Amino acid sequence: MSTAVETAPAPATPGVRPSQLTKDTYKGKIHPDWCPGCGDFSVLSALQTALFELGLKPHQVLVVSGIGCSSNLPGFINAYGMHTLHGRSLAVATGAKLGNHELKVICTGGDGDGYGIGGNHFVHTMRRNVNLTYIVMDNQIYGLTTGQISPTSVKGMKTKSTPHGSVENPINPIPMAIVGGATYVARAFSGKQKHMVDILKGAIQHKGFALVDVFSPCVTYNKDNTYQWFNPRVKILEDQGHDPTDFHKAIERGYQWGEEIPIGLFWKRVDLPSLEDLEPVLHDGNGPLAGRKLGISKEQADALIQEML
Amino acid sequence: MATVDFAVGIGGENGQGIASTGDILARIFARRGLSLNAYNAYQSIIRGGHTFLTIRTSDGPVRSMGDKVDVLIPLNQDSLDRHLRLMKAGSRVLYDADKLKPGAAAAGVQLCPMPMKDLTKGNKLAANTAALGAALQMLGIESEPLEAVIARQFKKKGDAVVAENVGIARAGYDYAAQNFKPFPFKAPKLSRPQAIVTGNQATAMGGVAAGVKFYAAYPMSPSTGVLMWMAAHARQLGIMVRQVEDEIGVMNMVIGAGHTGCRAMCATSGGGFALMSEAIGMAGMIETPMVCVDVQRAGPATGVPTKTEQGDLWQVLGAGQGDYPRIIVAPASPLDLFRTIPELFNLCDKYQCPGLVLADLLISEGTVSVDPADLNFEVKIDRGELILPNGNGETENPFSGYNDNAYLRYKNTASGISPRAVPGVPGHIHVAATDEHDEDGTLISDEFTNPAKRRMMVEKRARKMQNAVAEIAPPKLVGPEGAAVTLVGWGSTEGVIREAVEKLAGEEGVVANQLHIRWIVPFHAGEVTRILSRSKRVIIVENNYTGQFARYLRSETGFAAHGHIRKYDGEPFMPHHIVNAVKEQMAGKQEISVPTHEVIV
Repeated sequence: MSTAVETAPAPATPGVRPSQLTKDTYKGKIHPDWCPGCGDFSVLSALQTALFELGLKPHQVLVVSGIGCSSNLPGFINAYGMHTLHGRSLAVATGAKLGNHELKVICTGGDGDGYGIGGNHFVHTMRRNVNLTYIVMDNQIYGLTTGQISPTSVKGMKTKSTPHGSVENPINPIPMAIVGGATYVARAFSGKQKHMVDILKGAIQHKGFALVDVFSPCVTYNKDNTYQWFNPRVKILEDQGHDPTDFHKAIERGYQWGEEIPIGLFWKRVDLPSLEDLEPVLHDGNGPLAGRKLGISKEQADALIQEML
Repeated sequence: MATVDFAVGIGGENGQGIASTGDILARIFARRGLSLNAYNAYQSIIRGGHTFLTIRTSDGPVRSMGDKVDVLIPLNQDSLDRHLRLMKAGSRVLYDADKLKPGAAAAGVQLCPMPMKDLTKGNKLAANTAALGAALQMLGIESEPLEAVIARQFKKKGDAVVAENVGIARAGYDYAAQNFKPFPFKAPKLSRPQAIVTGNQATAMGGVAAGVKFYAAYPMSPSTGVLMWMAAHARQLGIMVRQVEDEIGVMNMVIGAGHTGCRAMCATSGGGFALMSEAIGMAGMIETPMVCVDVQRAGPATGVPTKTEQGDLWQVLGAGQGDYPRIIVAPASPLDLFRTIPELFNLCDKYQCPGLVLADLLISEGTVSVDPADLNFEVKIDRGELILPNGNGETENPFSGYNDNAYLRYKNTASGISPRAVPGVPGHIHVAATDEHDEDGTLISDEFTNPAKRRMMVEKRARKMQNAVAEIAPPKLVGPEGAAVTLVGWGSTEGVIREAVEKLAGEEGVVANQLHIRWIVPFHAGEVTRILSRSKRVIIVENNYTGQFARYLRSETGFAAHGHIRKYDGEPFMPHHIVNAVKEQMAGKQEISVPTHEVIV
């Protein structure tokens, strides 16, 4: 009894965290304001578990989001956060990663944010193979604006902006990411959280651009792609012996849609350097750019002036 | 006092090597210790069109391209036709006698036909080099400096090319000695060699002096020179340089890097700046410092990509939706760009807000001489209340965060400035949000919306700037108090207005003075009002149609100017444009003068 008392942590001051990593370390101050039943709760929880299981310290993690329901995530997790502009999380995150490449940078957002308004940055961040993890909570609808089609809404979907059904084809982010240069391309489902934790851990540990597209149902505005709709359809690639180094198989499985929809790791390659690997400026032994001494030496200044004479 | 003041004009098609000829000439003058200003009038095409480079030099200060050309080197018939009519008595025109036919020239213009096929031994691209040799001979400059600069210019192309070009320059030089009348003066040689620099290079080097570690851009004339300089020097100076997919990405990346604690910068032109606007507001909202240079060109939309204008003042004043503090400065020259950028970074770090620079094609692409001693890279660095990862190590609980409430990123302080911890610092976890937020970063815009908190945060951010005006130098009246007219300008026009003031006094007997504005926000409204209220007649000179600065001055001070001189044809002011307009207005003929640009380029 007495031994137990001596080894127990000191009584916690209300609101102060213990100085060791626990499962609650990543709990945010604010309880998420998502609708009850929203798929994003599961993504938040899976991300917190993944970070804990990887033993990362919260101050070494930067979570960057855009705008939308899912982009509120940085406020709900205990880590450095940037809640940026609609569609811009990848550009901000690239700058932040290059500014301090010792940070673990994780981008979170929705399908409209990432594949719609942020589509240009999505394409270019992939081809650069920036070393960050991009989690897209894909609910195939615009939620925060109360239900309009998104770039991943299926053809024919009736929404407030498509009362007669959408006539446009959706984006398929999986093949797009595979051919776009992403080096870790996966899909998860909010209804399979344990699987999602594994996928996220793999993504966070991956050295390069990792896309995790998550089916995260919108229980309020998307009455088509619900948990009930996904549950019988999703099939875990890892259970089916899929080889994520097989490019053609990855593309083929990425296009699969209908009665069976694969989730899991479609594509991974580790032979390509990331952007930070390729930039000699980051490898001169002076640590992250953000911490470096400002200004240049007298010799460097003299050399610059010499060019002008 | 200046003993000589002359200009060389080289005209031809894009692709005829005019820029490199200009570089050679500028370097020769600068090495002699002369002051110079070079302006290149060109078009947005890679081959063809008409390009006209004016290099003016003197042993006194040179602050603009001036009013005249003393040596014309037309490399094609078009250039000869366009410029010969403007040449005055005493000037020289050097041209290829095998190819070009001069029209009627004014009395006293010396036409100098050169047998270029012979002199260049058939090298069609080298006529400019032969003409250069001839021009220098007529200006009394020895051939050795020319040969040294040619060797430097063509070094990369190998010894054979150097030898060929030196030979051609020498042939032109000797031909002029035997056939043409030299100028009645010789280009002086002073003891102190000058450096030559463009405004874009000076902008980049100002960033280097400030300690910029991250530079991003999307190529856009006339700002691309900053990107090219930065890219060429990135690895030797330890700067991360990125060419990004668009200007939206540029600004967001710069803010991301700036947020981690780097000094981060970008440059663009008006169209790119428009794309950056929303993100500039983000920098204001999350209080992340960064510096963005808008090298203005003639707009709107694509406008005239290779022509100058001061048309973006209100765009920059209004960049981004909402109301937030920003600092805006309009440097007056390349050297001023170099000096202002470190100063602006210090202010942005201190006040945690965006810093916006209004440059324009005239000063950013223009080449000038500067005293190397003025290029001081050891500038004052003040990062304000910044907490960096290596600042306090692991002394604080690395597992703490929100719930500790010990650190408030957006603390409502008396100064409005909240100590800024960057990601990676233990014990200072927070979210930087573009939604309105509380002191700890928590969003108030959604379910917690609270008018009292919103008001507090708006006032906190605004309060930062309350005393900022005291940090910047007030504008000074140059010239005699009690002058008949006060010329007011902003940004790039300082030099040409100064020369107009001197011309008015020297040639027209009109006593004028000059009030030049560099800092736009914060604005020394009190001091400006004090000066202008004592002026007899105030005329505002600016490169736009609507008088953007005149309206800004009125909004900040209530002061309405008596007259305006405006130019919006894409070309910069020449001193005589301002002189003639002032005379016109003093005679009561006009209140708004729009000078005509005589040279059609």
